[in-house]
Amino acid sequence: MAALYALVDCNNFYASCERVFQPALRGKPVVVLSNNDGCVIARSNEAKALGVEMGAPWHLHKRLFETQGIIVRSSNYSLYGDMSARVMNTLRHFTPNIEIYSIDEAFLSFAGFETSLVAHAAALRSTVMQWTGIPVSVGIAPTKLLAKVANRFAKKDAASNGVMILATQAEQEAALGRMALTDLWGVASRLAARLHALGIASPLDLKRADPDYIRQHFSVVMQRMVLELRGISCMPLEEIVPDRKNIVASRSFGRPVQTRQEMEEAVSTYAARAAEKMRRQNLATASLMVFVETNGFRPQDAQYQASKLVHLPVATADTSKLIAAAMRATSIIWRGGYRYKKAGVMLLDLISSGRVQGGLFDAPDDARSKARMKVLDTLNGRYGRDTLTFAATGRARAWKLRRDLLSPRYTTDWNELLSVR
Amino acid sequence: MSVFDLLTRQAFGCASLRSAPCGSAYLRVVLARTSIAIPLMAVKASCGFPSPADDYLERPLDFNELIIENAAATFAVRVEGESMIGVGIFPGDIAVVNRARNPVDGCIVLALVDGEFTIKRYRKRGARLWLEAGNPAFADIEITEEQNFEVWGVISRCVRLL
Repeated sequence: MAALYALVDCNNFYASCERVFQPALRGKPVVVLSNNDGCVIARSNEAKALGVEMGAPWHLHKRLFETQGIIVRSSNYSLYGDMSARVMNTLRHFTPNIEIYSIDEAFLSFAGFETSLVAHAAALRSTVMQWTGIPVSVGIAPTKLLAKVANRFAKKDAASNGVMILATQAEQEAALGRMALTDLWGVASRLAARLHALGIASPLDLKRADPDYIRQHFSVVMQRMVLELRGISCMPLEEIVPDRKNIVASRSFGRPVQTRQEMEEAVSTYAARAAEKMRRQNLATASLMVFVETNGFRPQDAQYQASKLVHLPVATADTSKLIAAAMRATSIIWRGGYRYKKAGVMLLDLISSGRVQGGLFDAPDDARSKARMKVLDTLNGRYGRDTLTFAATGRARAWKLRRDLLSPRYTTDWNELLSVR
Repeated sequence: MSVFDLLTRQAFGCASLRSAPCGSAYLRVVLARTSIAIPLMAVKASCGFPSPADDYLERPLDFNELIIENAAATFAVRVEGESMIGVGIFPGDIAVVNRARNPVDGCIVLALVDGEFTIKRYRKRGARLWLEAGNPAFADIEITEEQNFEVWGVISRCVRLL
């Protein structure tokens, strides 16, 4: 038998995290809102059953949610991030080979456990549940794509007890026969329409299509998909996350930003945050881009968006130099009279900070700059974000994210622990 | 001199951050609530004369080892109320919860009774199950079939800042 992959997926992850510490939410419809309390980004099963759609704008559905008894939470990424790390660390007890695919999904190699798959998967599920309180589903198959298919049925079929194994061709075909093309991983409706035009109307049709023909009409990615559907593994586990090519820090504002000072504060804050992320990976950059945009969903407002890329003479990881560059870019693209919705800073062409070359007139970051950044990162790491900040990033930050329905950060802040009588 | 002052001096070449210029922006300092004064050991190696302690170097004590048995399953909760003062768990303490431990008769648990969290001693004799308070002013809680009961985790440590 070929080696098997397991896809472990947390059930309704954000809602489940909230429920671990708020048992009153169990069995009730729960939705979690996007940054800024914009729209629904996660739903419990009960909320799905009530017909709440992904992406439903909160301000339009507020009343309806209240009458339906739907409990609403702002997204609490401090909590979700910590709970995710706990789940992933628990999974490492069950295999040394793991690819963390997203905040709530991981691919595991189950090679070596072929004779005890059901027991191994069941033990994994119950251990994750006991240790972290998060329910997960496990899909097992010879390829990652089929593991994703298996996971879908582990979630859907109540009889599966959260574990579905599609080890044989017959099992795989039976499962694929119950799916639409758009249910497949990576097939959006436009791609499905193109496949339809070629007479490929279902996942089974796609599996039986000629891989070379698919490659000619689509891409090597689609060809791999056909092979993976046939049980031929083409996507190995990516256990090492490749170094990132660029870093973005960007948020929507809590309310429209209209003054230049507020915009400069926001851009400085994002530059500082991006720089911090970059230093954590020991990288440096000489290219920085600032972008600003108004709210495209408000046609009654005047619209404007712009971005500006600036280059520094020498790559740096020093927040003060990056803020200065970001301010140069902002001054070029700033236009008054608009209600800005969003801004961001992107650091591009990242290189290892140890390999920065000086220019004729410009030296790389000196020891003093590096020490300064170390103080900054150490203090902010130890005493909490924004312990030490640049004045340019502002004091009041009235433009900051709106999170009115935020639950406590139970696992990451001593001041927000669960209180128990 | 605190670590903070020392780092400041190293980084900015001045004793106070208020006078520290830094590129185009100025650093604003929000002093931390506390400062930690840890004696810094001289780490310069003297060539030719290795320290006689070199062969005996060990890691310093790590309090995480003492308190955390299983990081993925360990949570902290704040104690309120006086129902467990008899066993030394006081209001304001931080109770360390290990969800990986299974409850056995006599251990202290964070339990959920009809949706409410409570810290009590777990008691199980035969078919009888009850939660015992550590304070005579509080009655025991008998767990019956009708009740919605679960052990959220086992309290493995209790931390008190004096």
